Amino acid sequence: MSQSEQKLLEQLSERDYPHGFESDIEQEIIPKGLSEDTIRFISQRKNEPEWLLQWRLKAYRHWLGMKEPSWQKLIYPPIDYQDISYFAAPKSGPVLNSLDELDPEIKSTYDRLGIPLEEQMMLAGVAVDAVLDSVSVVTTFKEKLAEKNVIFCSISEAVHQYPELVRTYLGTIVPYTDNYFAALNSAVFTDGSFVYIPPGVRCPMELSTYFRINARGTGQFERTLIIACDDSYVSYLEGCTAPKRDENQLHAAVVELVAMDRGEVKYSTVQNWYPGNKEGKGGIYNFVTKRGLCKGTSSKISWTQVETGSAITWKYPSVVLQGDDSRGEFYSVAMTTHLQQADTGTKMIHIGKNTQSRIVSKGISAGRSQNSYRGLVKIRKSAAKARNYSQCDSLLMGNRCGAHTFPYFEIHQPTAIVEHEATTSKIAEDILFYCTQRGLSRESAIAMIVNGYAREVLDHLPMEFAVEARKLLAISLEGSVG
Amino acid sequence: MLLEIENLRASIEGKEILKGVNLSVPAGEVHAIMGPNGSGKSTLSSVIAGKDGYETSGSIRFDGQEISDWEPEIRAREGMFLAFQYPVELPGVGLSSFLRACVNERRKHIGQSELDASSFLALMREKAALVELSQDLIRRPVNQGFSGGEKKRNEIFQMAMLDPRMAILDETDSGLDIDALRIVAEGVNKLRNPQRSLLVITHYQRLLEYIVPDRVHVLIDGAIVMSGDRTLALALEEKGYDLVRAEQEVSS
Repeated sequence: MSQSEQKLLEQLSERDYPHGFESDIEQEIIPKGLSEDTIRFISQRKNEPEWLLQWRLKAYRHWLGMKEPSWQKLIYPPIDYQDISYFAAPKSGPVLNSLDELDPEIKSTYDRLGIPLEEQMMLAGVAVDAVLDSVSVVTTFKEKLAEKNVIFCSISEAVHQYPELVRTYLGTIVPYTDNYFAALNSAVFTDGSFVYIPPGVRCPMELSTYFRINARGTGQFERTLIIACDDSYVSYLEGCTAPKRDENQLHAAVVELVAMDRGEVKYSTVQNWYPGNKEGKGGIYNFVTKRGLCKGTSSKISWTQVETGSAITWKYPSVVLQGDDSRGEFYSVAMTTHLQQADTGTKMIHIGKNTQSRIVSKGISAGRSQNSYRGLVKIRKSAAKARNYSQCDSLLMGNRCGAHTFPYFEIHQPTAIVEHEATTSKIAEDILFYCTQRGLSRESAIAMIVNGYAREVLDHLPMEFAVEARKLLAISLEGSVG
Repeated sequence: MLLEIENLRASIEGKEILKGVNLSVPAGEVHAIMGPNGSGKSTLSSVIAGKDGYETSGSIRFDGQEISDWEPEIRAREGMFLAFQYPVELPGVGLSSFLRACVNERRKHIGQSELDASSFLALMREKAALVELSQDLIRRPVNQGFSGGEKKRNEIFQMAMLDPRMAILDETDSGLDIDALRIVAEGVNKLRNPQRSLLVITHYQRLLEYIVPDRVHVLIDGAIVMSGDRTLALALEEKGYDLVRAEQEVSS
């Protein structure tokens, strides 16, 4: 490292995670620990029907017999599941329909996050569901969505208002037997969003959920379910942040999507959970199961993710291509700095005929971080003429970080066509000199190069979020250049 | 004197490339540096522009200020421009947004207001015409999918956009056919003015037929061994470096 870089590094590493504040909101938090009683408490607190409680308990009992996965390229101390509080809620009560009813402190929390709920509603025409710790605190734009019979509410509310829909789909795409963290989530999930787009409806606005972990010593276990009926379309975005803490906090979410005939779901994530400090202390453990089912013919599910946060990321948004002619897409930028570790990728399971999938993964590693792409392309015998295209690029900054690619292919159908390309590159000194010679600082040159590198993925985000994601990539790099 | 270099030495990985270069370029003049392969021409341009990785000593003054310790971006914002021999590609980085950031950095540095989108676009259109760079290329990522000649024209286009006080053209003629050479040279000539100096680094006399220099310097083995007017370039072309050097050794 040159002297000037060392200087830059020193200056910049003092910069902070901008969302690291903690809000002083009156909260109800249950004592730490996990047992059937904890689950009964959560279920009772949420006034849930018996079937849901029983489902939670089955998941819990199943989980007790499971082992935490160990195949991922992630190193972290054992998680003490008894040392987590499984329910935290602002005291101010039930879900609100308008911002006027919102606790001013909660609202200011979102304002400080740069998520001006009000403004966003007005200008962008985005409907927002805001989840603070375990509960959804506000869902905006309900009336406008109701005109089109679109349902967008918290999953707790949906359990009461639309029990048949929830019961029909919950746990069918990601069953609680799927994996360790999905089982845990099924047992203790507290809130999340529910979306139902009726047949023939194109959702008139972007739907968006912001998740925020605020309370100390808690985990966040949200669950999202999106149903896109025949000939419908929805674009959904989630964003997430958490306060800076020395402790590691667990986030184990489940997202289930289902698309019927010609239905389409576009799901975008900008994940910015607190990544820990530069010595690797603190940060969110992000163990997430996301899966979409292209149930209908010619249906389409597209995942776009920009992952910059979390100390540990374990996440493989997948698509099961069951309907003939269905399409699955995965566009990902995963950036790790300092001591962050990410093991992320996708699974594309081809079952129907003429199904197509496309994977574009861009890993960016800096500092002493480890960044792995892990992807499975499985083409079953039934999937005649299935096609997959995968492109996995890694960009390394400095020589203390690692980038790894683990592609898996299981092809059982001779007419399938599968293409895979992978590259690994560094930001060469020549490129940086070219940019600085034109007047850019090293830092903005790197931000520009990284954004250019990630552009193919960022272009798939809804416009206003693409702008946000670009800034986020640049901010996250600060202090890890070198 | 706009650029004044005194006893400039530079080595990389323990190998000395520049062995005490002395050079003065007054404002408004065009100076050419000629020399055989490996004589240190590209190192000289890199070191003037502030590239990292060299051990250097000696002095580089730009408009009276010692700039040896300055980062390359500060030199650039002060008006030092280097047209690269091998321009790099920046995948996914749009040429116009790249240049807008660069131009505004320079403008901020010299106390001018940043250009808004529409005046920037107007400026781009005007300057692109200088080197016949098509609008299609301007919309692409920097140098991505550009031909060799297009990359070189793009360098001169960027020079025009950044409006430097001193421009170093590092073998801008290499790899250009005669038509492309003429376009590039005409573009450069339109950018000549009494305040702006040019340092033209080249292998061949050919470029100097189009961009006529006030002075020609011969760089051999890391030092300027001879300087003269434009006829020196012709002599070099005719007799070759060895003979010119031999004559010089005899006369000294």
